[in-house]
Amino acid sequence: MDDIVAESGKLLLLGNEAIARGCMEAGVSIAATYPGTPSSEVGGVLERVAQKVGMYFEYSTNEKVAMEVAGAAAATGLRAFVFMKHVGLNVASDAFVTLGYTGVRGGMVVMTADDPTAHSSQNEQDNRFYSKLALVPMLEPSTPKEAKDMLKMGFKISEELGSPVLYRTTTRVNHARAIIELEKIPEIEQRGRFQKDPQRFVCIPAHARLDRIAQLERWERAMEMAENSPLNFVEGEGEIGVITCGVSYTYVKEWLKGVQILKLGFTNPSPEKKIANFMKDKRFVIVIEELEPFLEDEVLRIAKGHNIGVPVYGKRTGHLPRAFEFNPDIIASLSELVSVEERKLPLDVEKIALPRRPPMLCAGCPHRGTFYAAKRAVGKKEVVYSIDIGCYTLGVQPPLTMGDFLLCMGSSIGAAGGFSKATDQKVMAFIGDSTFFHAGVPGLINAVFNDHRFVLVILDNRTTAMTGHQPHPGTGRKHGEWTSEAIKIEPLVKGLGVGYVKTVDPYDLKGTQAAMKEALEYDGVAVIIAEKPCPLALKKERRLTKGQYKVDQEKCNKCYTCVEKLSCPALFRVGDDVVIEETMCIGCGVCAQVCPKKAIEEVDQ
Amino acid sequence: MKYNIQMVGVGGQGVLLASMVIGETAMRKGMDVTMSEVHGMAQRGGSVTSTIRMGDNVISPLIPKGGADLLLAFEPIEAYRSLEYANKDTYIVANTHPIIPITVSMGADEYPDLEYIIEKMRSASSKVIPVNATEIAIEFGGAIATNSVLIGAVAAVKGFPLYVEELKESLLYRVPKKFRDMNERAFQGGYQAAMEIMDQF
Ligand code: SF4
Ligand code: SF4
Repeated sequence: MDDIVAESGKLLLLGNEAIARGCMEAGVSIAATYPGTPSSEVGGVLERVAQKVGMYFEYSTNEKVAMEVAGAAAATGLRAFVFMKHVGLNVASDAFVTLGYTGVRGGMVVMTADDPTAHSSQNEQDNRFYSKLALVPMLEPSTPKEAKDMLKMGFKISEELGSPVLYRTTTRVNHARAIIELEKIPEIEQRGRFQKDPQRFVCIPAHARLDRIAQLERWERAMEMAENSPLNFVEGEGEIGVITCGVSYTYVKEWLKGVQILKLGFTNPSPEKKIANFMKDKRFVIVIEELEPFLEDEVLRIAKGHNIGVPVYGKRTGHLPRAFEFNPDIIASLSELVSVEERKLPLDVEKIALPRRPPMLCAGCPHRGTFYAAKRAVGKKEVVYSIDIGCYTLGVQPPLTMGDFLLCMGSSIGAAGGFSKATDQKVMAFIGDSTFFHAGVPGLINAVFNDHRFVLVILDNRTTAMTGHQPHPGTGRKHGEWTSEAIKIEPLVKGLGVGYVKTVDPYDLKGTQAAMKEALEYDGVAVIIAEKPCPLALKKERRLTKGQYKVDQEKCNKCYTCVEKLSCPALFRVGDDVVIEETMCIGCGVCAQVCPKKAIEEVDQ
Repeated sequence: MKYNIQMVGVGGQGVLLASMVIGETAMRKGMDVTMSEVHGMAQRGGSVTSTIRMGDNVISPLIPKGGADLLLAFEPIEAYRSLEYANKDTYIVANTHPIIPITVSMGADEYPDLEYIIEKMRSASSKVIPVNATEIAIEFGGAIATNSVLIGAVAAVKGFPLYVEELKESLLYRVPKKFRDMNERAFQGGYQAAMEIMDQF
């Protein structure tokens, strides 16, 4: 039995698991996403349990589609949840902003999982500004427990207002663990009904103007709600005030002493009167929040508007940093302003040179062969490598150093087109299968349409590997009662009118290299599909047939071509010898093809 | 009472599983628990960290520098890298089996001598407990049980707030039935190895 659907009890849950459980307890009927860390595990749980609890859950092709699916469901009166990583909201923002106009009938909560410090992202944008941009009320939980409770509140607020609610988490909430009390899972509503109201839901200009007025009225009501919300509360005593939200609250609560805290959970619209009242009799106020001075600027504005002369410290005064996530040590840096809990001194450790340990492509990862073959095919020519988002982004590290330009999901193809028009350089673009369906297809259509010239390599490992092996349109989906067929990439690409298309096996270096050479000669858009399942996914599904290679030390002349050019983590030097770590090697055989002395051989098992 | 554990290791070593075992034991004992783990890119063989906090009123998912009561390292250089979380009273349990990073096998960086790392650690702290967990695990059935050896070693640490039997029970609950025996022996092996070192303190 799956513990997470239990009727009651306590579990030690990841924030994301608590959020998934919150969806069940809130009676969410429809949930949609495109996987993105730090939000991915929510989908992992829902994929597993949705059918059991009577929820519909889908992996959409991208976040915009997910937003549209959820938005439509909420318009029928059902509760809908859509979730994504912070940059996903950029993709979905088109639908999101206008949903702020139409509003919703059933509760709709939009989760943006922000990633301060960019642990696994291309930037660390602060998505709280989307709530201002779209005039959509926002909640910010501080802990996994709050994450579940606040999600349920979010649906209530959404329904009361008739507006979507933005629910903003950060990595340290999504990936923190805490003890979670399970509460009742209600019967989940299966079918909504869409009552037509074109004036509201068809946003032609004349209607949008009416929606705008309705939206501003909702905003007024939201302001009242924020004032009275139990999510915004005052704690402790003291003449120094701290205003805080999100995970920063946990650091303040444990390590700052003698302050009165105004903890905000309903952060936009900000509770103006509450903030003004809190500030009035303080000696000074410190605003403690990660990333942008979002609340701090609100506090400054409110102080000014209420003629409150209390000094406000925070990012604007240089007391707190604007980059990266906070931690207890950053709180300690406030000790000139306020007293901080006494701590033991860290050990006095002599600095010695330690080797770096960057993440890398797994042992036997098919992308390694693809990149190696591409490098060989390119040879001494100068080629611009336009890369995309997924495991293969790790190919940017030496020795493969495959990657010159990367912006966002799908950008490899559009940018390759740009480079091909702007320069005389040869261009190669790399994109994964899931990313191709997410945002690559329009770029490829554009390339055909506008006569761009580049080689596109689709790294088809039959899954969405980076975020934990979710399905996508190219894999099809089996989900209880319904299944969908996989959409094949080769005929799709041919159907778009691409003149050169070839599918290769990246474990076969010669064949892959030959196809790449041909593609580089081709005048136009050439597409190579390097198809081989991700071994990690196979392992999870217990479908991996593992082989084993070893180095014959007699034949090996210690040229180190294999370790230096291929960098499979199962392959390394011990003294002068090259050895293969048997627990890691999966037997892909790529290293054997690279070895000039044929010293790497398959072991019979 | 609050007890803070900083765990570090390399992707694929089972750091997260071990932290779940410890966290769940504390939960069953009725303690409050908060944890935080690093996911994402780090899963592909990079450094992995996990923070476990247990006791009364633990709220924050992270601890300050010098804030660990116990540092549990699955790999020696990762132990060294994380010493800033230890103070003079922190027990440091460190697996001595190196996992060579790609930067070293490619020849860009150098892996320091093992003896040297341990000696340097010992000159900074008198509470270092080096355990060759991987070797012990292999002795009891397979490198895969390294995890259990280290959890066993932790159970031996002075002042550790969870009992040996409680920890073992949670551990065995999490491993597949057919591997229970092997893991139980590995756990015991780790416990003994750590005890012997601790006796010398
Ligand atoms: S998870 Fe799969 S695709 Fe990603 S690096 Fe590992 S083997 Fe390659
Ligand atoms: S066969 Fe070679 S390249 Fe493939 S996983 Fe084993 S060591 Fe790595």
